[in-house]
Amino acid sequence: MGVYDFEHAIDIAWCPGCGNFRILKSVKDALEELELDPRIVVFVSGIGQAAKTPQYMDVHYFNGLHGRTLPAATAIKASNRGLTVIAESGDGDMYGEGGNHFMHAIRRNPDITNIVHNNMVYALTKGQASPTTRQGFVTPVQTQGVTEEPFNPIAVAIALDASFVARAFAGDARQTTDIIKKAVTHKGYALVDIFQPCVTYNKVNTYAWFKENTYYLDDTYDPSDREAAFRKATEPGRFPLGVIYLNRNKSVFEETLIAYRHDDRPLYQRTVDMGVLKDLVDSMRT
Amino acid sequence: MSIVFSGQAGQGLQTLEAILTRMFKRSGYNVFSYSEYMSRIRGGNNSTQVRISSRRVFCYTRRIDIFVPLHQDAMERFHDRITPETVILGERSFIDKRYLDGHHPVLEVPINDLAREAGGPVYANTIVLGILAGLFYVDKGLMDDEIRMILSGLGEERLQKNLAAAATGYERSKGLLKPGQASVSIERTDEVKHEILTDGINVVGLGGLAGGCTFVSAYPMSPSTGVLVFFTKKAEGSGVVVEQAEDEISAINMAIGSWYAGGRGLVTTSGGGYALMVEALSLAGCIESPLVIHLGQRPGPATGLPTRTEQADLNFALYSGHGEFPRVILAPGTHEQGFSLMRHAFYLADKYQVPVFVLTDQYFLERRYNIPDINLDTVYDQRFVIKTDRDYRRYALTGSGVSPRGIPGFGEGRVRVDSDEHTEDGFITESFSVRTDMVNKRLRKLDGLRKEAIAPELFGPGDYRNLVVCWGSSLHAVQEGLDMLGRADDTAILHFSQVYPLHPSASDFLEKAHRKIIVESNATSQFARLIRSETGIVFDDKILKFSGLPLMPEDICESLSDMLEKKETTHGRV
Repeated sequence: MGVYDFEHAIDIAWCPGCGNFRILKSVKDALEELELDPRIVVFVSGIGQAAKTPQYMDVHYFNGLHGRTLPAATAIKASNRGLTVIAESGDGDMYGEGGNHFMHAIRRNPDITNIVHNNMVYALTKGQASPTTRQGFVTPVQTQGVTEEPFNPIAVAIALDASFVARAFAGDARQTTDIIKKAVTHKGYALVDIFQPCVTYNKVNTYAWFKENTYYLDDTYDPSDREAAFRKATEPGRFPLGVIYLNRNKSVFEETLIAYRHDDRPLYQRTVDMGVLKDLVDSMRT
Repeated sequence: MSIVFSGQAGQGLQTLEAILTRMFKRSGYNVFSYSEYMSRIRGGNNSTQVRISSRRVFCYTRRIDIFVPLHQDAMERFHDRITPETVILGERSFIDKRYLDGHHPVLEVPINDLAREAGGPVYANTIVLGILAGLFYVDKGLMDDEIRMILSGLGEERLQKNLAAAATGYERSKGLLKPGQASVSIERTDEVKHEILTDGINVVGLGGLAGGCTFVSAYPMSPSTGVLVFFTKKAEGSGVVVEQAEDEISAINMAIGSWYAGGRGLVTTSGGGYALMVEALSLAGCIESPLVIHLGQRPGPATGLPTRTEQADLNFALYSGHGEFPRVILAPGTHEQGFSLMRHAFYLADKYQVPVFVLTDQYFLERRYNIPDINLDTVYDQRFVIKTDRDYRRYALTGSGVSPRGIPGFGEGRVRVDSDEHTEDGFITESFSVRTDMVNKRLRKLDGLRKEAIAPELFGPGDYRNLVVCWGSSLHAVQEGLDMLGRADDTAILHFSQVYPLHPSASDFLEKAHRKIIVESNATSQFARLIRSETGIVFDDKILKFSGLPLMPEDICESLSDMLEKKETTHGRV
């Protein structure tokens, strides 16, 4: 039993065979292998089946609103830079309801890991289309099949010059663990989009489908070439897996904050500076 | 003495206001100023009122003693405020013909020509500045100091031209007033010279700092943006994290995230922005996060009047957010309360783990006047965060409803917060009994909050017959209006700076009154309705203003005069 496991049995709300079980294991394995102290690891999630993941680990968590994971995660990291912050939710949460925050979190580049369970369907609300649902997919709402282009988070993240962009497949536990480890140790915003089969509401994009429609980038691939990465992200056919884009030269949000220029302490250790207050009041006298 | 200058956006009225008020205060006059302006960057018609007095002045008045038009359209909106006693000062071509009949007091100064000589039309307001400084016996050296102080960013050449333009105006002021025209014998006092001159934005910001605020996230929206700017300017010295978020939804989720991690978060917004924050207000209610919301009201609905004032978001602050959870709404009426209530908001939010609103408005935030001091002795620096142990439970059930609040990274325990209904450990639950316990726990906090509620403040005779009730920024207009009316013998004022939950003394004060009159800057007497729902007490009369302009003493005086002279049986009830 690892430090992220509970001593007692827990009741997990996912369907038997759900890809989330594998992601949960990969996440826990990654943290164990990195020997991260659970006292400083904070998970932030929204709403959806994926957003329940932190409930099943012995960690701190902030399970907030649907789509609002990234603002909360950004602020948590900015308030205590000693914490390891992982924002974890599903494709609907991150790319649909939270699309604006996804874009601006990439621009801010806080040192957080963003794990997105991408099952191409809304599972908690019983099978409607998600932003990443493939065209033609029939649902109780999209009865004629989805007509919109699926959202391409990898291409969008590269277009926004995200500092770390990766894709994994839940079916491959070892590779997924390794990718998550790279993301967590990366300094800056790190996106890990994980293909996750939904055994109940997505009978099209199954374990077998993802296996057939993905391949791993090999050692010759250079993730620092943005144009090549964009081509990889948009090429037709099978989806590449691994670290697709990497830019280590970006400034990190919480390190640019003026509030830390003269004071390294996390916010909870700070007290009111009477001298500053007094000077401010006096400045209003003249 | 009420001076109003009127011109277009972009003509430098704000600079004029800043220099004049500082200069007059440093000369020993009590000052007040407020600008009413259109939501545009150039053109239109804006005006600024500067009042100077031997006694303290706190509010905008209809009365104008000196009117200075700075543009040909500058008088159009003011005919109903210009009386036969109003002196019109300035450029002849800017003065409406009806006042040039020889019967109206006019002080002509060829401002356009003087400005041209000084270097161009942009110097017109500096010439006016010099004239007003001269008329009110401001020391010329002091005037020059203030010009240097405010205009130092312009570069040496333009600064010198401004100083020269002001000197020209100063010279012109001599002998300008004929005997009998606008008395300028206002007594000055040395104490005033060293007092604090500021606007509501600064006192709110200062109160936040004194309350231990360490995190501010906001999306710009008039009239609340000034508070964001205040913290941005002070970030380096005070160590406050300040972030302009991509939208108000992000701003409030950031502030809540910051509290979770040990920060002390503030959002500052106005009604439309707050509308986007409402889901997260409910989140704060569910996860029992402290949160301070500065809500600077402006007239709605929707975009409404972006640069004007109103007190119409009380209901919104009170009833927003799905589900049931406690909250506090504070509404400062004075600069001193702007400071002390912002500080108090952080104390209450932290202690009770609830959202606390500081409800101001455009008028409160942008009016400027001098006050003797800001009391820093009571700076709040009490922390309620605990170091957790291994079996920490974030939502442990307690008698007060308040569970000790831990944060991640401080102690051995795990801090789990969940927007789903949750167990004492913070795990999702669908247990009906846990649900019932948690709702009761959250609502129990209202008992403590009621005990700590701020009592309404009574002004006037204790044995009043008539009671005029107001809240928030309306206080000073009601005070000055009642002074004008001269009913200090039987009429008192009851001002609420905490509008929810109400202090228990509210009913006692109200029940004693024979006649109860509510004053609010809204159309539906929202506070009267709140008092009625909380106490069952009904008002006899109401004075409501919702034009977008602030309540003025004249509004109060005239309405009260009508009401109190009428037969008391004929009044409608609110």
